[in-house]
Amino acid sequence: MKDIRPAILLFIIFTIICGGIYPAIVTGVAHALFPKQSTGSFISDKTGKEIGSSLIGQPFSDAKYFWPRPSSAGEFGYNPLGSGGSNAGPTNPDYLKTAADRVKTLRDSGVTGTITADLVQASASGLDPHITPESALLQVTRIARVRGISEDRLRMVVSKHIEERQFGFLGAPRLNVLVLNLALDGVK
Amino acid sequence: MNTYEWLQTILFFVVLLALVKPLGSFMARVFQGESTFLSLVLAPCEKVIYSISGVKPDDEMGWKRYVGSVLLFNLVLFAGLFIMLLTQHPLPLNPHKVPAFTWQLALNTAVSFTTNTNWQAYVGEQAVSYFTQMVGLAVHNFVSAATGIAIAIAVIRGFVRRKTSLLGNFWVDMTRCTLYILLPISIIAASLLVSQGVIQNFSEYKTVPLVQSTNYDKPKMDDKGNPVKDAADKPVTENIIVKEVQIPMGPVASQEAIKELGTNGGGFFNANSAHPYENPTPFSNMLEILLILLIPGALTYTFGVMVGNTRHGWMLLGVMILILVGCFGVLQGVESNGNPLVAKLGVQSINMEGKEVRFGLAGSNLFTVATTGTSCGAVNSMHESLTPIGGMMPLSLILLGEIIFGGVGSGLYTILAFAIIAVFVSGLMIGRTPEYLGKKIEVREMWMSIIVILTAGVTVLILSGIAMITPQAVASMSNPGAHGLSEVLYGLASMANNNGSAFAGLNANVNFYNLSGALAMTIGRYIPAVAVLAMAGSLAEKKYIPPSLGTLPTDKAPFALWLTLVILIVGALTFFPALALGPIVEQLQMIGV
Repeated sequence: MKDIRPAILLFIIFTIICGGIYPAIVTGVAHALFPKQSTGSFISDKTGKEIGSSLIGQPFSDAKYFWPRPSSAGEFGYNPLGSGGSNAGPTNPDYLKTAADRVKTLRDSGVTGTITADLVQASASGLDPHITPESALLQVTRIARVRGISEDRLRMVVSKHIEERQFGFLGAPRLNVLVLNLALDGVK
Repeated sequence: MNTYEWLQTILFFVVLLALVKPLGSFMARVFQGESTFLSLVLAPCEKVIYSISGVKPDDEMGWKRYVGSVLLFNLVLFAGLFIMLLTQHPLPLNPHKVPAFTWQLALNTAVSFTTNTNWQAYVGEQAVSYFTQMVGLAVHNFVSAATGIAIAIAVIRGFVRRKTSLLGNFWVDMTRCTLYILLPISIIAASLLVSQGVIQNFSEYKTVPLVQSTNYDKPKMDDKGNPVKDAADKPVTENIIVKEVQIPMGPVASQEAIKELGTNGGGFFNANSAHPYENPTPFSNMLEILLILLIPGALTYTFGVMVGNTRHGWMLLGVMILILVGCFGVLQGVESNGNPLVAKLGVQSINMEGKEVRFGLAGSNLFTVATTGTSCGAVNSMHESLTPIGGMMPLSLILLGEIIFGGVGSGLYTILAFAIIAVFVSGLMIGRTPEYLGKKIEVREMWMSIIVILTAGVTVLILSGIAMITPQAVASMSNPGAHGLSEVLYGLASMANNNGSAFAGLNANVNFYNLSGALAMTIGRYIPAVAVLAMAGSLAEKKYIPPSLGTLPTDKAPFALWLTLVILIVGALTFFPALALGPIVEQLQMIGV
């Protein structure tokens, strides 16, 4: 029974060290070295107002914008208070119907040929800020038509915004949908 | 896999292997009480901690007292967190004003974090205050990991020591593990994660305008919270226009680092390591995978150093890598083949459902096998939406008993139990008395090893059977057919093996899963731990038998292959019928047989 005292006291001591001192050190380092990243990587407009985070995707359905991936986050998709995936199994009939509906929406908007998987299948977080470059190119014709600009110019905007693999070989090439759409609107 | 993915994967294993020896020998020094380069700063802290808590560092414990200390400490951990979850609403650092947990959910969650499982039947960003995350859950991430490592070290001492009943002092092992190993690596890792965009702050949730507003149909509720129906008995909805959203903040990085390093896996946010604020870039992703595998991998080297022959450690690591890479290969293959039912619609055939673009397929799949081979349970893709055979890979890695790297500490002691079974079976085949590391394997060691490797499996199968005849458990399934069975099997396997990941469609916050899960997690954590310490106690008392011509060499490749086979055969014999009814049937349905 001589071990009751260390059991209780070590719990209290480690609560102070791991639950107080450790996060305080990390917060100190984070704010000193990476003030922008540690506070959420927010994007500001010309007046300095925060208009979104470059890491958190937003819903777009208007024809003049690049569309992001389908999202199952929250009741309306891209709700940061309810991050998560669809958790649909691959043979679930409801899921396959949803996928068919999404394909139809894309076809109706003028997409031809094989559709990229990331435009039809929902992300894991529901907040994925990215689409693949191929998914952006599938949407160029539609957006150029609605905005009345040339497809070539739009393609140039797209290729300028492609984020390559990190350090040249990690992960996958991608495009940040929010940043790209803000660029189209001339906000950023 | 494209060239980049090969390069990324190969380089990952090169870095991991390069770290095994330095960290492994450092850990051996820490647990043998030697001084290290951190002693200058940490030795005085250690002394203060011992004197306040009344620990006498050279007061070594026999196995029963070691078990008693582990259980007592874990009981205190459980009680502390249980009370905090029930009272978090008036506590500080609660900007989103989250309410208290129900007692059933608090019970499940407190057991979950105490047992290093981190099963989460709640939505982090809606249900937990910053205070609970930081002072409750993150602290458990440290000390539950340290508990597992301490037990593994005591078990190694059982093999090494001769004619003694003493296995070391639990309080010292746990304290040194946290101070010298977990905290320094976590501080470095958390800083690197912040550099990539993982947040670390105490701000209120931020409201931002949407560039394009969106809308949805919300079911109308009456005053009592029941859905309103119209004359045709259809639910009435109203269209809600959304112009702005709230983005949750919090001290994420400090928690993220220990969540991976301690193979805990409990996400700050519901989407876990798929959330861009937990895992923002391909580099943060590879770093998190490295953190998951780092300590379990390096512990094999610590084991080798302590038993005086590092080849024994490399042999165990070889078995782990062999099975991990095999599962990764299958997963990568089936996921890049995709879902034919979706491809049929004119879509590129690769499965991106439940995956993030930035990680790439290989970055998602490597995370999946790492997090389930270890008992981590963090996820960067939704395992539920993997193709059926794809989803069977993480499920199988969990069902094998969390030994493919395994949980910190628990992975090592569980694979040692498998090694003993392998030695015993081969001993029967060649007609020799089984010995492992110079200790004779007798009835008691066999009993304890069998308890270690079968407890979780038996628990999973019995509880899954009960779930299938319990209406509430069946109603919680979110997918129909064979996939629903996989969902339940995965959930209970995850809890009984202290993994914590899920086929997350399962509605787990109901009494059946909260309570049966708490039971499964408790059984799965403590029965093997007690059995393995009992075995260590009896091993320590035996004398050393020097190897002779008739001794089976357990540090060579043939034994590694034999051990791999034993692991796979035990797994297949126990779980093949259940897997055949779940993922295997669903795969046949998917490809249209």
